[in-house]
Amino acid sequence: MSNRPVQFNNHIKFEGIPEGYMGEGFMATNLEKVVSLARKNSIWPLPYATSCCGIEFMATAASHYDLARFGAERMSFSPRQCDLIMVMGTIAKKMGPILRQVYLQMAEPRWVMAVGACASSGGIFDTYSVLQGIDQVIPVDVYVPGCPPRPEAILDGFMKIQDLVNAEGLRRRHSDQYKELLSGYGIQ
Amino acid sequence: MLNNDIIKQKLIEKFSDQLTDWDEPYDMLTFTVPASLNLKLLQFLYDDTELNFQFLTDLQAVHYPDKKGAELAVVYHLHNLVDNLRIRFKVFVDIENPNVFSATALYRSANHMERETYDFYGVNFIGHPNLIRILNVEEMDYFPMRKEFPLEDQSRIDKDDEMFGR
Repeated sequence: MSNRPVQFNNHIKFEGIPEGYMGEGFMATNLEKVVSLARKNSIWPLPYATSCCGIEFMATAASHYDLARFGAERMSFSPRQCDLIMVMGTIAKKMGPILRQVYLQMAEPRWVMAVGACASSGGIFDTYSVLQGIDQVIPVDVYVPGCPPRPEAILDGFMKIQDLVNAEGLRRRHSDQYKELLSGYGIQ
Repeated sequence: MLNNDIIKQKLIEKFSDQLTDWDEPYDMLTFTVPASLNLKLLQFLYDDTELNFQFLTDLQAVHYPDKKGAELAVVYHLHNLVDNLRIRFKVFVDIENPNVFSATALYRSANHMERETYDFYGVNFIGHPNLIRILNVEEMDYFPMRKEFPLEDQSRIDKDDEMFGR
């Protein structure tokens, strides 16, 4: 006979209901808020892992740190269905155009996270063959420092992305400012 | 049993005093060959029934900026797989006119190694079927392993303070 008490998780976190006008059987709220709520809790990441930061990402995605808690259960290895590209590791200059093409294949809205010193700035590889930060070829939303960053840092960066997704206006990607940003990278 | 002395004797018999700088660091026979003779020497080492150097282990270059007129050394490493013996020889060329005959006709493995040597040092291998860059980006307009080019990426502007010594 085991008298071990049955334990289950009763600390489930719920997203709050967005602001709105509620009555019996209906609720009226802002479409942008509903879309943001859905988007930020179901980000599909594309892991673009090239070196040691990728190993940290594996830990981040595994059960101990569990990236799935943030609705990012589904890693996608096709850029077409992805919302977030996580670039983890040194990007050689020769890989620059490939990274750029993967980014171009992603559908809008898309976010970019540069994980680790190499993806952010070239890191210790200040040399003729290494891209000095992926922001030379694609626009980056969140930079995660570290060499490599701990999984907590990657999770923190992911939560920053969630904040950005939450604050994203529905029309932002159509704005002149955004188009100007992309054309600064020679896109469209 | 083949050994360094026999190899040296046979090579001197064939090429007399054109081979120079004989040395045996770590028991590996090393010498220098004029650039015009590299293919003749390779062919002789390959064809001779006693020498049997039929495997090209490595081929690369070294830049000696202080050796005026002979700045680039192309180094060949050969392996006799039957007697398990290795030799190495160097070809020195002027950096202004770095022409060396390609060994691709004799060793298929020389193809990529010569492309790499061209990519990093700019050695012009005459007779190579496809002498283009192999590892670096195609747009690169210099040979990065030559000593006059600093290791650091010179195209960036954000590391120009005293912390990075630019």
